[in-house]
Amino acid sequence: MEQFIRLRGIAAAIDAINVDTDQIIPKLHLRTIERTGLGKVLFDELRFEPDGSEKPEFVLNQKPWRDAQILVAGDNFGCGSSREHAPWALLDFGIRCIISTSFADIFYNNCFKNGILPITVAKEALDALMMDAKDPENPVLGIDLETQEIQRPNGATLRFTIDAFRRDCLLKGLDDIGLTMQKMDRIEAFEAAQRKEQPWLYR
Amino acid sequence: MPALRTLFDKIWDRHIVERQDDGIHILYIDRHLLHEVLSPQAFEGLRLAKRGVRRPDATLAVADHNVPTTDRSLGIADPESRLQVETLIRNCREFGVDVFDMDDPRQGIVHVIGPEQGFTLPGTTVVCCDSHTATHGAFGALAFGIGTSEGEHVLATQTLRCARPKNMRVEVTGSLPFGCTAKDLILAIIGRIGTAGGTGHVIEYTGSAISDLSIEGRMTISNMTIEAGARAGLIAPDEKTFAYLEGRPLAPKGERWTQALAMWQTLVSDEGAHYDREVRIDADEIAPQVTWGTSPEDVVPITGTVPDPATAPDEARRTSMRRALEYMGLVPGTRMCDIPVDNVFIGSCTNSRIEDLRAAAAVIKGRKVADRVEAMVSPGSSLIKKQAEHEGLDRIFIEAGFQWRESGCSMCLGMNPDRVGAGKRCASTSNRNFEGRQGRGARTHLVSPEMAAAAAVNGRLSDVRSMLG
Repeated sequence: MEQFIRLRGIAAAIDAINVDTDQIIPKLHLRTIERTGLGKVLFDELRFEPDGSEKPEFVLNQKPWRDAQILVAGDNFGCGSSREHAPWALLDFGIRCIISTSFADIFYNNCFKNGILPITVAKEALDALMMDAKDPENPVLGIDLETQEIQRPNGATLRFTIDAFRRDCLLKGLDDIGLTMQKMDRIEAFEAAQRKEQPWLYR
Repeated sequence: MPALRTLFDKIWDRHIVERQDDGIHILYIDRHLLHEVLSPQAFEGLRLAKRGVRRPDATLAVADHNVPTTDRSLGIADPESRLQVETLIRNCREFGVDVFDMDDPRQGIVHVIGPEQGFTLPGTTVVCCDSHTATHGAFGALAFGIGTSEGEHVLATQTLRCARPKNMRVEVTGSLPFGCTAKDLILAIIGRIGTAGGTGHVIEYTGSAISDLSIEGRMTISNMTIEAGARAGLIAPDEKTFAYLEGRPLAPKGERWTQALAMWQTLVSDEGAHYDREVRIDADEIAPQVTWGTSPEDVVPITGTVPDPATAPDEARRTSMRRALEYMGLVPGTRMCDIPVDNVFIGSCTNSRIEDLRAAAAVIKGRKVADRVEAMVSPGSSLIKKQAEHEGLDRIFIEAGFQWRESGCSMCLGMNPDRVGAGKRCASTSNRNFEGRQGRGARTHLVSPEMAAAAAVNGRLSDVRSMLG
């Protein structure tokens, strides 16, 4: 997994609430056995006509947001299906950070597994960042995970909070399966005790 | 005196392998279900890291999302779907995991076959790379959907790293009125608390209206908990739960059954245990529900009308409602029971169990599907299909003009060829009315099986109560 320390990039406004993972990546693109190459179908039905031509009104089809690396989105982003194809598609498109007032739980976890930083901010902060992202002249935000700060185009900074373990994994780009494998003795001890207490759980 | 604990607390505490200083728990996972769509990348990850599956005996896989519901002897026409199913079978064989292929008599929707096989058991932790894993909470199992990377973590270590969610109780008092089902109840709950109402929480459903429900009904409730933002929806196991599980192929037998039962009977929340949030709902006030928009929280009673965005509390909600109405092709003030439908779908992990089929058949019996409506049933599992055929339900559906299909996820999300056309309107017993969910441009109205049956007969959304004897 790629590290996330700091990022300075174009932010695009997805100014809608309850953006579900069916919108982020429709099911027809789940018929893949790989993680890569999904950026071209990110937000497929919002971004493209059925014939494949671009919908000019969609933000990621407009300059400068074609090169967005940050999304600023409405409440409850990523709700619905657990499909990790949603963060895979975002990442493949180039998105490394999403800012919202709230995220659906599974999507939120999935982001961290893929080097994407989801930042939760208060409503007033989101409104300000949404304005920033809609400014075609300078929709650039700075994100610093070490200092936990968002730098706005006007130079002001906003602090954000994040779980320490997840922050650490992102900063170091750690694979947490490797970390857990180091605890194998604890897992084995748990299994031995559980097997005695609830033998029906083992075949 | 030990601290009072909720059912969730009890199950969670029993599964902690390690508490880290930063608040993250390493949680042991007892049961892992897999399907073909969200698992291939997890197996690929294992292979690349030269890791194995830690507990094949605690893992079960099935092909459900991509499988055709028409004649299966023809195989899967779409090459990508076929490859995905073949990849599941190959991965499971390579890693020693039991798998039900498309032609296996035990095949079905992953959240239907888990309980049906007795794989899902009270007091266990159950995960699957699928958000509707919440379904298994109906058995007093802590069951939640995970991402594919987390699935790979479970395959390799049989554990998950997670922060402890909060406790929330939804108490449903009274009893469901005539013509109202578990589906109407959960839609009403989602309408009340919203699609993010349970985010960060595990919901426990309690109260007389919940204990009165059958196991099938409870599964419908737990299933749609994710539509309220909560990953898991628990219901304490009781005699109905135990009766449902006894004798199932993978349920404990003999002395082990007795042992298990003794443990399962302790799975209740302590009187007075603390919940971070509590919601109370009176079942007596519920009427049959139907969604009008593109989020499960966009719900009204069938006696209601399409709401006006002008009445919404804030601009974000007004914008979202306007967009939903435009997508759905609806005008505020339209009576819900005046909305015509083109398709009817009875199926999905929400409502495809034998009781759902019986209830829909009771409405259909002796009636015909309206002329321009295309209606289909996809039973939740191949065993349910067989049971329904044994009871003659297939004849009732077929004679009324329904298509009687094989089992799978089918038109709930249309990964296989079962889709709703652009601009077409579908009364569906499934769980999501998102834009494009049942097909690009498809318009979904979520309803109970009885209400879907009524819509099929009348060719429009209808109040099933007027059709019940």
